[in-house]
Amino acid sequence: MMSNIWADKKSRQTIIQIIVIVVVLSLIGFFVRNTLNNLELLGREASYSFLFAPSNYDINQHLIEYDSRSTHLRATVVGIINTGLVAFFGIMLATFIGFVAGVSRLSSNFLVNRIAYVFVEFSRNVPILLWILLWHGLIVHNMPHPKQAIAAYDFAFLTNRGIYMPKPLLEPAFWGVVVALLIALAGAYIFYRFARQKQELTGEQYPVYWVNGSLLVALPLLAFWLLGFPAELEYPVFKGFNFKGGLVLSPEFIALLIALGVYTGAFIAEIVRAGILAVSHGQTEAAFALGLKANLAMRLVILPQALRVIVPPMISQYLNLTKNSSLAIAVGYMDIVATIGGISLNQTGRALECMSIVLALYLCISLSISAFMNWYNKRISLVDR
Amino acid sequence: MKLIKQLSLALVLVGLATTGISQAGTLDDVRAKGHLQCGINTGLAGFAFTDDAGNWKGFDVALCEAVAAAVFGDASMVKYTNLTGKTRFEALKAGEVDMLSRNTTWTYSRDVDLKLTFLGVNYYDGQGFIVPASLGVSSATELEGASVCIQTGTTTELNLADFFRSNGMSYEPVPIETNAEARQNYLAGRCDVYTTDRSGLAATRASLDDPEAHVVLPEIISKEPLGPLVRHGDDEWGDVVRWALNVLIIAEEKGITSENVRAMAAEKQKDAELNRMFGTEGEYGAMLGLSADWVVNVIAAVGNYGEIFEKYLGVNTDIGLERGVNALWTDGGLIYAPPYR
Repeated sequence: MMSNIWADKKSRQTIIQIIVIVVVLSLIGFFVRNTLNNLELLGREASYSFLFAPSNYDINQHLIEYDSRSTHLRATVVGIINTGLVAFFGIMLATFIGFVAGVSRLSSNFLVNRIAYVFVEFSRNVPILLWILLWHGLIVHNMPHPKQAIAAYDFAFLTNRGIYMPKPLLEPAFWGVVVALLIALAGAYIFYRFARQKQELTGEQYPVYWVNGSLLVALPLLAFWLLGFPAELEYPVFKGFNFKGGLVLSPEFIALLIALGVYTGAFIAEIVRAGILAVSHGQTEAAFALGLKANLAMRLVILPQALRVIVPPMISQYLNLTKNSSLAIAVGYMDIVATIGGISLNQTGRALECMSIVLALYLCISLSISAFMNWYNKRISLVDR
Repeated sequence: MKLIKQLSLALVLVGLATTGISQAGTLDDVRAKGHLQCGINTGLAGFAFTDDAGNWKGFDVALCEAVAAAVFGDASMVKYTNLTGKTRFEALKAGEVDMLSRNTTWTYSRDVDLKLTFLGVNYYDGQGFIVPASLGVSSATELEGASVCIQTGTTTELNLADFFRSNGMSYEPVPIETNAEARQNYLAGRCDVYTTDRSGLAATRASLDDPEAHVVLPEIISKEPLGPLVRHGDDEWGDVVRWALNVLIIAEEKGITSENVRAMAAEKQKDAELNRMFGTEGEYGAMLGLSADWVVNVIAAVGNYGEIFEKYLGVNTDIGLERGVNALWTDGGLIYAPPYR
């Protein structure tokens, strides 16, 4: 009887899988139990109550209300937002750089494709940590001190402590502009659907981009004017040691953003190139034969097919970028690692608790990005008919 | 560097997860191992650094040597584990090191909440500020709105936040991971002020191209009593480390140095405390589970407190620190040890 079960391929596999799962789970259980036991022996049960105690440290970049009286929990949230911020804009930048460089590498123009080639090889073959330190060093050492700030019409100031810009202070009436923008968006969508339907029926083409573009710009501007400019700009003013007021992009943020964008962008460029090359040349020829212009052929025929190849590896690049943002600590950008995994850990000495939180947070962020991209991948993938 | 730090933290956590922790009998464990495992800084001028031969030296390291000399009669029977601000306590608690001598500030929460035993103070430090002289600032209370470089991973952030809040001033904290990086940023003008412990400021200022162009502000915004520590639960072992430190101080007080200790121990002294320390009177070494002449071994190996201070931190070194509050109590300082009797 026993030998029968073992001889059967399917049940054998099931048995092996069950054994592996049991072994792995009991190993994890052993580690967790042992850790908790040891902590208890030391008279220190794992406790997360420190999260609700005042953090006692300041954070230079906080998009939500925060000071040294706020809790460690709030400091963590500030860290999450900062990580999210740099990851979001980093992904945008990397995607943009990646697509431009990737398409450039396939350009028939010798200069363009060589420049793209050199850029890609330089960027991705240097460790990202060095990029971050290099960019930070460049900004801090080369930009002028706030006293000698490079001013752009008293509007923005370039210094080695960041780029200072006016900050819009919005009045309640500004909501009118938001509503106008939403109306414009709805209008644009309706016009897009209409134009498409019309084209499918009659072949007649409307200038969709021009119409929608101007609609999206004009309507909110009109509302802004009609409501009597319900926003003010708060200008940065030099006072004492630093500029006060306004919006500031810190050197740490800029360095991290550029480094992440350029580094990951180089990888994405290769993915984009691979994706485009994966579309058989016959597709291009067929598109040209139908009379499509080069950019239309790229947009309507090649890219949609290339995307199916591009998106899956792109997910890993986005995840890499997000996780690489934890190197922020090298230049002192206050992300998750620097807040809860850094200063909070140090002040409370609760290394296990803090590290478990950092771990869980990165896992959550990565899984969310992964889930979103998988959804997108499914959407653009070939529909089996 | 970063990776190493993360890895070492991971290792410590793994250590905590996989090994059981032996509680009592650290002295016996150390004897059985044949060496003392001492946790020190990853590198801090004067306190823990490698000499030309690659050996760890420094003010904190000397204390490790003193304990090794006390236990084995040989100061070289010690191995070092370099620990960052993040990993030090877990490493001590997990039993990776037998003691910590890593410029660690004695605070309430570390003592009580983290279940550590601080055994005394070997250096009274305090947080201060350094600014370029060209800034024309003469007091830390004039720093409203300044950008402040901080070496993160210490108690520094907390003191800074408290100081600026209690003075009703705003500032921009610029947290930097290492002292070297922080110095670079300060010199490049990323921040107006650099803040860390005064001992560190002195070392940093000494290493600048033009020390005269930078001033250390008079304010000391925190108390940073630095000292050795062990984990809770083994008082006998704690006593060994505590008294290894204390005898260094008593030795300076009594004028015992690494040079004259052997000669002094060889003959009967009029001062009974000296005889007790040298093991020629009473059973004082045995009370601690050590040899009768353990104090002689310690002083002969590392010298007295004053000798260690002058060798690694004093005015004749690059660090160039005055004794200041770290002078003996008899000289108006805070360095004081209970009597050996």
